[in-house]
This record gives sequence, C-alpha cells and structure tokens, in this order.
Amino acid sequence: MARRAAIVATGQTHHRSIRRDVNGQEIINEAVTRCLEDGELTIDDIDAVVIGNMDHFEGINYVDCWSVDGSGGFMKPTMKLTTGGTTGSTLAIAGYHMVASGAFDKVLVIGWEKNSESDTTGAINTAFDPIWDRPFFAGAIAGLAVTAQSYMDMYGATPKDAARVSVRDRRHACLNPHAHLRKEVTIEEVLASPMLADPVCLLDMCPRTDGACAVVYAAEGIAEKLCPQPAWVLGVASRHMYSYVSDADFSGGALFSMARASQELYRKVGIKEPLKEIDVIELYQPFSWAGLIWIEDMGLAKKGEGPRLVWDGVTDLGGALPINPSGGVISTNCIGATALIRSAEIALQIQGKAGDRQVPDVNLGVATGFGGCLWTDTLAYGKKKPE
Amino acid sequence: MERAAIVGIGQTKAAGRFKEFNYPELVYPAVVAALEDAGITIDDIDNVITTSNDFWDGRTIASMATGDVSGCWDRNISCVEGDGAFGAFYGMCRCLSGHYGTTLVTAYSKGSESISAYITNAAFDPIYVRSLGLDMVSACALQARRYMDRHNISEEQCAVVSSKNHRNALGNPNAHLHLDLSVEDVMGSRMICDPLKLYDCSPVSDGAVAVVIANEDRARKIGGKPAWIKGVSFCMDNYLLGDRDLAEYSALEKAAKKAYAAAGISDPRKEIDVAEVYDAFSYQELMWTEGLGLCEQGGGGKLAESGATGKTGDIPVNPSGGLLASHPVIAAGLIRIAEAVRQIRGEAGDMQVDKDVRTALAHGVNGVAGQSHCVWILGKE
Amino acid sequence: MSNVWESVEPRVYESQIKVPYAWQAGETASRFLLTLKNEKKFLGKKCPKCAKVLMPPRKVCPYCFVETGDWVDVSDEGVIETFTVARRDTGIMPLKPPFVYAVIRLDGADTGLVHLLGEIEPGAVRAGMRVKAVFAEERTGKILDVEHFKPV
Repeated sequence: MARRAAIVATGQTHHRSIRRDVNGQEIINEAVTRCLEDGELTIDDIDAVVIGNMDHFEGINYVDCWSVDGSGGFMKPTMKLTTGGTTGSTLAIAGYHMVASGAFDKVLVIGWEKNSESDTTGAINTAFDPIWDRPFFAGAIAGLAVTAQSYMDMYGATPKDAARVSVRDRRHACLNPHAHLRKEVTIEEVLASPMLADPVCLLDMCPRTDGACAVVYAAEGIAEKLCPQPAWVLGVASRHMYSYVSDADFSGGALFSMARASQELYRKVGIKEPLKEIDVIELYQPFSWAGLIWIEDMGLAKKGEGPRLVWDGVTDLGGALPINPSGGVISTNCIGATALIRSAEIALQIQGKAGDRQVPDVNLGVATGFGGCLWTDTLAYGKKKPE
Repeated sequence: MERAAIVGIGQTKAAGRFKEFNYPELVYPAVVAALEDAGITIDDIDNVITTSNDFWDGRTIASMATGDVSGCWDRNISCVEGDGAFGAFYGMCRCLSGHYGTTLVTAYSKGSESISAYITNAAFDPIYVRSLGLDMVSACALQARRYMDRHNISEEQCAVVSSKNHRNALGNPNAHLHLDLSVEDVMGSRMICDPLKLYDCSPVSDGAVAVVIANEDRARKIGGKPAWIKGVSFCMDNYLLGDRDLAEYSALEKAAKKAYAAAGISDPRKEIDVAEVYDAFSYQELMWTEGLGLCEQGGGGKLAESGATGKTGDIPVNPSGGLLASHPVIAAGLIRIAEAVRQIRGEAGDMQVDKDVRTALAHGVNGVAGQSHCVWILGKE
Repeated sequence: MSNVWESVEPRVYESQIKVPYAWQAGETASRFLLTLKNEKKFLGKKCPKCAKVLMPPRKVCPYCFVETGDWVDVSDEGVIETFTVARRDTGIMPLKPPFVYAVIRLDGADTGLVHLLGEIEPGAVRAGMRVKAVFAEERTGKILDVEHFKPV
C-alpha cells in the first residue's frame, strides 16, 4: 500500500573548494553523522542506504561498495544511483519511492563529490556521445552559454539581468554557514569578471566544491514520532529525455524538461498559481541565466519576463517568492550532492531550521535538479501531510 | 506491501562482440522484445529505470546514452548504477509507491569495448589497494582459495559446476558460449589465478535485457502469465577484502533471510523449485547455494557433486547456463530474473527444468567478491 | 543479421578516458603511510566499541560506524589468510606474472592487509604460512613502500 513519506533529518558538510583533511569515505561520513545527529538517530535506525556521485569525478568504480566505510551501509541494503547533475534529486526521489512503496521505513540518502580530486571538465566531457557530441560540443559551460545567447536574442535580456541573479544568490550565501563561496558581489563585478563563453562570465557560473549531503526519508506514522515537523513529500517528477545534446531545442533558451517536470509536479500537488502558492524555491541553477529563463519554464513569469520578476526583488529573501536562500548552486556545487542539498534546504525551511536564511512561514517549497542532457527533476515539500 | 509482478521479458543474444549495434542500440531489441512479450506498447510504460555503469561504458552519465532506446522520452526515469537485479528492485518500488502502474527496467553491457581488468581495478581503494593491480579475477581467486581451504572444497567440485552450466547453456539460444565441457576439460584448462582456471571464470559478454514490472492492478489487466514478486531483498558487506572473512557470505544470508520471510519460505531447499544464481566463477555457485540456504555451510561442493543442482535434480541451479556461459556485466542479475520468469511460465524450452515450477529464485551481485547481494523470489501465484 | 556487412564496413571509434586524479588520503591514512615510510612500522587503529584493531587503519570503524580511537602498533609479521598466483598479465600489475597476491593478518591486527608475496616459489605458498614485510629502499609514503612480504 502506497504511503506518505517525509524528510526527518538533514546533514551537510561545510562545503569548501578542497578538503585535504579527509578522504572520500570520510567526507561522506561527516554528512551522515551530522544528519543522524540532526534527527537524533543512530545508524541502527536506518533500514537502507542510497548513495550517488559521478564516477569519473573521483575515479572510483562501484561507489556503493567503496563508500560503506563512511556511509554506514554495512549489512544494510545499499544501492547507488547516478544521473549526472541530477544525481542528488534522483537520490531524493529514490529515497522517497523506497519509503512510499513500503519497502523500507527509513532510508538514508547520500550525495557527495570531491571535485578537487580530478579534472571536472575533463570528466564531464566524457559524458557526451563519443561519436557525435564529444569532439566539439562537450562540457557544461558551452551548452549553457548557447541557451543564454538564444534567450538574449529572442527576448532582449542583457548580461546585466543575469548579473542581478548572481548578486542575489551570492548575497544569500553569506547567510548560510555551509556555503562554499560567501562573498557579496556587485553587478559591475559580475560583468567585469572573465568571460568563459559568451555571454557567461566567471561570476555567472557555479564553482566546483568538495562536500556531501545526507537526508533521511521516513514513512508516515514514523516520521511524526521522529521529528516535530517533518517535511512531507507532496510530489516528484522528472524528465530525463534527450540522449544527444543536439536533440535539444535551444531556441529562446527554454528548458523543455523543466516545463514538463514542473507541469507534472503542479498537477500532482494541485498547484494552480505557482508564483502565489509556492513559498520558497531551491532552484538547481548552475549559472545566473538559468535564474531568468528557467523560472519562466516553471511558470513563475511569462516568457521574457523573468528578468522583471528578479529586478522587482520578488525572488530575494524578503520578497514574495524567495529563490535560493541558501545561496544556491552558484555558491556551492559538490555535484553529486548539489541537487540533494536543494531538498535538504527546503526541508530546513519547512522545519524552521534555516537560521539567518529562513523564509518566514514556509508551507510549500520546491526543489529542482538539473543535469545530464538538459534534464530536470522537480520535488515539492509541504508542512502538512498531503491528502 | 502491495503486490507486483514481472509481466514482460526481453533479451538479446549474448555475444563476444556485437558489431551490428553500438552499445545504446543494443538495448533497443531487448526493450522491443519485452514489450512484445507483455503484449503492450511503449505508451503503456509509465516510467523507466535504466541500469548502467560509467566505467564499463567508458562514459560519464552512461544513462544519457540509453535513454532514447529505453523509451525515456518525456517519461519519468531514473538510473541505478550497478547490477540489473538492484535496478529492478527500484523499478518495483516505483510500481508500489502509488505513482506508476508499470516500470520498464533495462540493463546492458558491451564488455567487448573495454578491458575488464582496468575497469574492475578501479573498484579497489585508491589509497590502500589499487596500486597492487588487483582486478575482479585475482580478488575472487583470493576468495576462492579461502573458501576452498575452509571447507575442503576441491577444484573438481568447482569444475562440476562449470561443466554443468556450460552443458545447460547448450539449450539456451541466448547464451554466449555453447561449449560441451566435461569436468576433465575444465580441470585441464589453463590456470589464470590459482585456483581459478580458464573455465572456472565467466567470459566477458555483450548483451542486453529488459523486463516490465507492473503493480497488481496493471498486471491483471495486461494478463498473460505474470511472475509475481513474492519477496526481494539486498544487503551489503564490508569493503576492504581484509575486513571480510572471504569464506563467509553474511550479506547473502541476510538478504536471503529477508526475501524468504517476505515470500513465506521456511525451507528453501524444498520450497524453491529452481534457482538462477550469480556464478561469475564456478566456486561462487557453490558458495552462494550455501548462502542461500540450499545446503548446509560448506556443503556446496557435495551438493553439486550429488547432481541435485542439475537440470533434473531436486534443486536445479542455473539451467540457463548462468554467468559462466554468458556474462554481460550489469545485465547479468536482470538476466537471472528473466530466466526465472521463463521457468515459472514453463516457457524455458530446452532449459525448462524437470518439474512444475511454482517458486523460482534469482540472484544479482554488486562489487568485488560478492560484497553486495540481491535476492528475488518469484512465484506463479 | 550478419549480412549487414555486405553493404557497410564496420567503423570502430577508439578512445580512452584520461582524467588525472589526486586522492586525498585524509589524516588517518596519511599518518599510517608516513609512519610506513619514515619508521618502517605498521600502525593500526582500535575501535572503541568492538575493540578490533583495523589494519589498514580507518577513521571510522566499518563494523560499528563509530570513530576509531587509539593508534596501535602492529607487527610487520603475520599469517597468510589466503593467496592466489596471478598468471595472466592484465597490463596493470606491479610485477611480471607469475607472482603472488595474499591477504595477510599481521600480528596484533584484527583485519587483513592485501599485498604481494616475494622471495618464495609461487607453488610453495600455503595459507597459514608466516610472512614478514620487506620494505623498499626508496619509500614515498605509499602502500608499495612495502615491496612485498617474504616467508619468515
């Protein structure tokens, strides 16, 4: 019998560009230990472990097996999932389904990455089809820059609009003790930062980070006992649709998978006016332009009107619909953990445990994941158990 | 938990090297076959789980490649990295969580496109172990020695398994190797890593498999001969080889115990009619039959010698020929599930065992030397 | 199916993944590897819960999921738990086959160390034999600072 499920505990490392003091298993352990402490749980309370990262970022095959020293998966059901940038949201969705199906009561979900241990771009290049895409159209930055270029062409948006998003997230990050980059920037500084691929500048782009995040999903009937305010899963959706980059429609920069995954999520949860009904969003926004374009795909603004929403301050902390109070991906990007941090941060917002970055009265929060071949995951969490 | 069933299976033939298809293309015929087998179309598939491994595919985010051919367009999908039996577990969960009625699960490998020692060496700890140059074969040889010493298992007893499985494979049209091997042939084969000889080791194969899992409601509507999932569980042992007693199989025992409990099995030897186990090496079939409780601890060798695990024995093991005859890595566990379904339906052709199969067991493994096990119990009702 | 090759020649696209890695050993493994290099000594770590001495040492006990406690000296001699003679050259081996891999339980440790055996005929190796570490002349703080183990 399908049942409801909620996040009852979260834990994150303090994310850094390089963690020399710990190896991979140890950084995983740090997040798991903090998560268990947060939920006042011990490893004996955990029924199963789900873990993920991107193999070639650390060069370790069968990470589910290797990570047992740190994950606590010894003599437990332990499984690895990986889908690229969406790995963290893929893991969150798996934790949810495994609990909701009745297979397990409490599932520990771990996303991690030690990006400092390899050449991230070198590894990402190998994601693209070796025959068609890899020789000329690979790596994360080029593909994203193309969407920004197309958005500018179609709607007249400017790099200044994008810089405003970067300014917002980097300001928010200063309120988050876990964030990797915690330094305010001005619009001028963003625009003056080195150009990576027209029109994307260095300060428009996410960093690469060492870090890990762990979350516990628990079933209804148990979740309420474990924690005073579980973050209930209201719905999940994913669209991993393309196999080749060149299959994606880049016109206008729109992220089709985001539109489809958002529509499905809203239908499942019963959201009719997302801008009004959602209280906070943790958007997997790997570069500032996504903060303009993808909020349109999410239905928060009409096509081409994303920049106005951002300039009006609607998405700032204190605005009507704050986006990325954590500082987002632009401030912290431990890739396998990145999309899981989005869910963890939404849970903290619902639990009222987000400290200086807390948004008042969060009843409904949305977390997203982005990755692979322009793929999207969406997850909605609420204060109240769903009907 | 609600019930779910496997309602469709599809496989390519396993081969040493598939030149006709690139690796994503290899998945497509398996998917088409599984849909046809279930009597449904891709429109009836609510969500998809692919299983893959970035190292074996030589590609980061390997799941990107097989999306198109697994029917992922505009569907909810996910990707389990590891053996297909584990991917199928998650696929089942998604049929029982109230979101989807059907899950398509795919698994594949083109082992021919890389070098297995390089890939499996990357499974060893980079700080303490990897530079020693171990691979899957040498690590499993350490396990074989330990297990054989502990229980006085002879190389001949291992060879019995290899001969049996290779001869079983003669009846399997999808098998990679069709070799009529005697115990003497196995014993006389070249030593690779003592005590493992060439024919104690599975080959590296290309191949793909797909299954369709449905919740009870949808399984009834689809009809046919559903193989009901009676119990499934998985469990992980410690990582470093030196942290484990390699002669033991605690994780398998734990997974089996939970799967049996869910399926209401108290005497597996009597109640299981046929088992498809993960025999990547001949000694492993002996170890796993013990771990699965089909005989007592240390009794795997005698069980095989007695003929009980033969196709006409009272507990047939790997009538398909197992991994020893075809080993597309990652797909191997899901192929075990597909073979178990065939036995339950009575549609296994020359592989069909000599009794009414009401309950079948399928087994998948992740990691080195059986670190993580997944046990499936499927039934007719 | 094979007749497709009458009209088209198979093309093979060759490549390899070339990503440089730099794995942090962390404090625990660093101390172990430096002691191996500088003092030719094996250090284990004891779990405060199960009292096992972990060799190689870990920051977290893999059995109990608690932080390990005291450092413990472990002997450079021990017993072969299991072994294999590698006979096929895989291209990634530190020695030319045939040579011997073994899991060795050092005196004072509760877990095994995977390593190489030397100075013995492969055919003469048996589980239960006592062996002793032979250190490399030039040591760099890696597990191969122990060149191999030899019979006592």
